[in-house]
Amino acid sequence: MTSRLKIAIVIAAIAALAIVVPFTSSFVILLATRALAFSILVMSLDILLGFAGLASLGQAAYLGVGAYMTAILATRYQFGLGYDFWLVVVLGMLLGAALAALFGLLAIRATGVYFLMITLALGQCVWGLAYRWNSLTGGDNGINLGVRPKFGIDLADQVTFFYVVLCFFALSLFAMYVLVRSPFGRSLAGIRERELRMKILGYNTWLHKYIAFVIAGAFGGLSGVLWAHTAGIISPVNVELTTSVDALLMAVLGGAGTLVGGVIGAFIVVALREYLSTLVPWWQYVLGAVYVLTIFYLPSGLMGLPERIRRHGGALGKREKLSAAPS
Amino acid sequence: MTYALLRKVGPMLLGGGLALATAATARAEELRIGFLAPTTGIFAAVGKDMVDGFQMYLDEMKNNLSGAQVKLIVEDEQAKPDVAVTKAKKLILQDHVHMIVGGLLASTGYALAPVSTSEKTLYISPVAAADDLTQRDLSKYPYFIRTGWTSSQPSHPFGQWACDQGYKKIVAIGADYAFGYEVIGGFQKAFEDCGGKVIQKIWPPIGTKDFGPYIPTIKQDADAIFTLMVGPMSLQFPKQLAASGNKKPVIGGGTSYDEFVLPSMGDEVIGHVSALMYSAALENPKNEAFVKAYRAKYNKVPSYYSETNYTTGEWINEVMKKTGGKWPGAEEFIKIMQGMKLDTIRGPVSMDDMRNPIQNIYIKKVEKKKMFGYDKAELWNTVIKTYPNVSQFGTYDKAAFLKQPVYSRDFPPCKFCE
Repeated sequence: MTSRLKIAIVIAAIAALAIVVPFTSSFVILLATRALAFSILVMSLDILLGFAGLASLGQAAYLGVGAYMTAILATRYQFGLGYDFWLVVVLGMLLGAALAALFGLLAIRATGVYFLMITLALGQCVWGLAYRWNSLTGGDNGINLGVRPKFGIDLADQVTFFYVVLCFFALSLFAMYVLVRSPFGRSLAGIRERELRMKILGYNTWLHKYIAFVIAGAFGGLSGVLWAHTAGIISPVNVELTTSVDALLMAVLGGAGTLVGGVIGAFIVVALREYLSTLVPWWQYVLGAVYVLTIFYLPSGLMGLPERIRRHGGALGKREKLSAAPS
Repeated sequence: MTYALLRKVGPMLLGGGLALATAATARAEELRIGFLAPTTGIFAAVGKDMVDGFQMYLDEMKNNLSGAQVKLIVEDEQAKPDVAVTKAKKLILQDHVHMIVGGLLASTGYALAPVSTSEKTLYISPVAAADDLTQRDLSKYPYFIRTGWTSSQPSHPFGQWACDQGYKKIVAIGADYAFGYEVIGGFQKAFEDCGGKVIQKIWPPIGTKDFGPYIPTIKQDADAIFTLMVGPMSLQFPKQLAASGNKKPVIGGGTSYDEFVLPSMGDEVIGHVSALMYSAALENPKNEAFVKAYRAKYNKVPSYYSETNYTTGEWINEVMKKTGGKWPGAEEFIKIMQGMKLDTIRGPVSMDDMRNPIQNIYIKKVEKKKMFGYDKAELWNTVIKTYPNVSQFGTYDKAAFLKQPVYSRDFPPCKFCE
């Protein structure tokens, strides 16, 4: 598949979402909005995981700071409920980036399982703050956001809000796509493949990874702002390890290093967990089976499926040729 | 990408089919109840008790509440507040339920109440006990009413009881979250108002499995230990406390010894005392029949989670009886409910003007004995004292009570801790 065709498919899929979803039931619109908002976090993780080769277990922290900031500003200062919503979006990204800039200083020195553990610990620090800093975060009860912003358009309307989140999603996807295709993105892939060689070639690999980490944090903050308004509530549950693991699993399920793979992963997991669970009680088995089968048969994720089919077809063709040869 | 499309179109078709199906069966006398409980995850067992209790009442009524045919839709809230909100919206927007019942954790209650306000849908909470829902935040939630309890409701009389036992100094150890703060806070206030002193408060995180680091720090000059455990913590703590050679009396919040965990506990908990508005060992004919029927059906002793949901079914039935099986609308429903007095399994219950039950609080002691004709000696929460008709404010003046902040980690302040 040429990359132009791939881009066309992605654009067509987003357009299809934009057209189809508003005509579904309001519950499906809600789930689609949730999946889109969370997808931004998964994609931000994919920059680290798929392109820089850094598996982070603390990505929920950025969603957390973005969402808590939005909720605290909205409930305490009535800030971010009009046109200043855009300011909150910027602040959310800055806060996510700032936190990542701080955490990156500690985490980027490590690689592999050590990086995993440091990000896990840092993520749990943020969870601990959310859980214990009662006066600010409401502790275990979290914070309810009363209303969604209103500026010319009313985001309380489900369909309007869906489109707003879809726009943010599309812009994030575009921005991250440009990023990973840029020379900077290429050098990240180089670091993933062989860091030593990149060092010898004269790249400051630490700085490259650090910048990628900060950018991922910024997008994490953005997804947090959107998440707070999507869910209408933020509590420590959204910051705990499970949320980070969810993001990681979604990225792997869809296919790491593909950006859109994470989106597919997010949609599948949300659909199974929140839609299928309204239909059948054994939804967890389906989710488990999807994970296990993907890891067994599609180690490169669902995005590896077309490639695998093609290769499989090709192998068959070759075998036929071989058997045909002696006669 | 086609995958993403499929994922979108599939649910849409399914959703459409479901909507059609509900539209076709919708009749005037249908009462649609959306029930939220965690049916998966670590709280799945509690969730099962909740659903079983409610379902048992509906089964006994043959799904007919005073002429209204009940359609019960159970959704898994996974003990996560944001999932509960999503599921509640699904129930309201897609299934068009008349009311939402359920929610386990206090945080879930806090998350669901605003949904009831924004969607103008009745929300009945049988379990989620967060104090402020029916106290300082009540005015925000006009469609909310509680059939369960507030966390601190049993603690107020229990503090008085502790004074009556002659305890002077007590150490409190409890799960580190809002429910723990409210149960222990209520106890501390009542106990100190009658002359006692809480000399130490220890907060292990929720889900703690090893109390080794906490037990040795318990001050030795205390007369008794007050515990507030939830879930698996309830099992572990008494074991380790007994193993440490503790000789002090142990008292605790209702969930520390609820029948949900009691059958799995060892003899080390015999003699421990707790307070709640229900005990499976209540000796009244209604409860005896309930325990026997529940045990026959589900093969376990009912917990307060079972009872409170069963009783919620009864509340709904009584309201429907008054309206002749017609749905009166959320506001009217609450109004009727507030004017009623029921004789339930847990005893006489009425509603206060802040939509929380006024009910008996039972001081219960764990004993090993035979009850209700069962041939094996088992652990039961024997009622040793009844405080009749306790409101969420106990003996305190409502206005003064509401002026103080909600119980938290820092309130009441620990004046007697060093």
